[in-house]
Amino acid sequence: MNEYLEYLRINASYIWGLTVQHIELVGIAIIIAIIIGVSIGIYLTTNEDLAETVLAAASVLLTIPSIALFGIMIPFFSLINQGIGFVPALVALVLYSQLPIIRNTYSAIKNVNPAVIDAANGVGMKRRQRLVRVEIPNALPVIMAGIRTAVVLNIGIGVIAAFIGAGGLGTLIVQGITRTDMYSIVTGSIVVSLLAIIADTVLLLIQKRLTPKGIEN
Amino acid sequence: MISFKHVSKSYTGTEKAVNDVNFEVEQGEIVIFLGPSGCGKTTLLRMVNRLETITEGSILINGQDIGELNEIELRRKIGYVIQSNGLFPNMNIEENVTIVPDLLGWDKKKKHKRYKELMQLIGLDPGEYRKRFPNELSGGQQQRIGVVRALAADPPVMLMDEPFGALDPLIREKIQDEFLQIQREVKKTILFVSHDIDEAIKMADKIVLMRDGEIMQYGTPSDILIHPKNEYVSQFIGRDRAIKHLSLRTIAQLQEEIGLVEIDQSIVDSKQVNVHENLKDTLAMLLNQEADQVIVHDDNDEVQGAITIDRVQRYLHLEMRQKPAQSGGKEKVME
Repeated sequence: MNEYLEYLRINASYIWGLTVQHIELVGIAIIIAIIIGVSIGIYLTTNEDLAETVLAAASVLLTIPSIALFGIMIPFFSLINQGIGFVPALVALVLYSQLPIIRNTYSAIKNVNPAVIDAANGVGMKRRQRLVRVEIPNALPVIMAGIRTAVVLNIGIGVIAAFIGAGGLGTLIVQGITRTDMYSIVTGSIVVSLLAIIADTVLLLIQKRLTPKGIEN
Repeated sequence: MISFKHVSKSYTGTEKAVNDVNFEVEQGEIVIFLGPSGCGKTTLLRMVNRLETITEGSILINGQDIGELNEIELRRKIGYVIQSNGLFPNMNIEENVTIVPDLLGWDKKKKHKRYKELMQLIGLDPGEYRKRFPNELSGGQQQRIGVVRALAADPPVMLMDEPFGALDPLIREKIQDEFLQIQREVKKTILFVSHDIDEAIKMADKIVLMRDGEIMQYGTPSDILIHPKNEYVSQFIGRDRAIKHLSLRTIAQLQEEIGLVEIDQSIVDSKQVNVHENLKDTLAMLLNQEADQVIVHDDNDEVQGAITIDRVQRYLHLEMRQKPAQSGGKEKVME
């Protein structure tokens, strides 16, 4: 145990650096994923035919093993000299986040009480007003749940990004495996788990904050 | 005034949800669309604010064809109340009530003033409910808020789709009374959907009785009860149509037509009833045998006479046969 603490002491700034890198990668990926995913989700509510196709495609995306997806990206991104590193990792994480975000946004808006939608139309709201004032606020808890799923998913998958040189906490685990360094593997795993738990809790608090008082439970 | 001119609606091909409907609604009237589910009454109502498209024909409000108006502006000028949970759960009560004024761009002060007026109209404390949310209110309170929300921008026309249908009978009756009271003040032109014949008799100035997208009969409640136009109408309103009709008449009306009987001073066990009591409730009281004699008094507590089942029955006889039987009836009373 003392030995492990000694390991942590020596490597503290290294571990911290990798953690920051991990947070950066996942954080930027999530922001992009939210912008794309929520927009697509909202758009799909107006286009039923497309909705099925897009949701199916997003599901397929999620079934591709992450390590394979990272591999597939390399030749494409080589074309712009970004074959390995931050950019392909970011793109892969954005793609993985799409399913939970699109699906939750789509179904949350679709499931807003039809009587409420009817009333919104009946009082003379334009489509945009209905979306901003009624549909999104009432769908918010479910949309946020999708985002939380995506964040936790991404923190985990972000580990694999180390294989294509994107850094992050995966580096600790990859190095640990190649050097059979137990401390390194354990540290990497624990920090990733902690990160996921903290992120989920923080997002839950944000979700509670954003949820209009009238629709809690 | 609202005119329906050859209004039809078909969703697919041949079958018509609403079929060639023609009638006119006078300003300040409550007209109830009555009929079983699937008769097209709700569709017809929703065509007025264009939540449903009109397949054929036209609807005119004060001579203006609604098809030619901007639908968003049209809806903001028409109050709309639905059965349940039409309130926006994410908005507090003040925001809900003032949504239409808000969409119309009223300033904050004017909206708040209006909010206070409306809450007073339904007897709810504006301050207490302001920051509360719909899910914190009882069903009856929610429905009242729904009604005043529709009144907020003072629209000349209101559409109400079974507004009290989800409430339990006691509360429903209370809110109906309250609503009639409000209507006496605001005098809106109201189109109201209901499947409840008693509600229609109580609330309506006129009833549109529908079946399979067509109007079976259009007339006053009294008219429909006394002269059902066809077999379907009389079946729908029920065998007790004469009794129902009594709910539209008061003792005062009976007194004017055929007079009351003299009080038998030898009877001790008697009960008092106000001259403005409706005849249906009076008859129920007589049938209940609550007392040996029912004495009628007016608002100043002056005794007018007594009423008996026989008297009610005679009055009904006149009413149901109407005018031709009137003189003969009166003579009989004199004997």
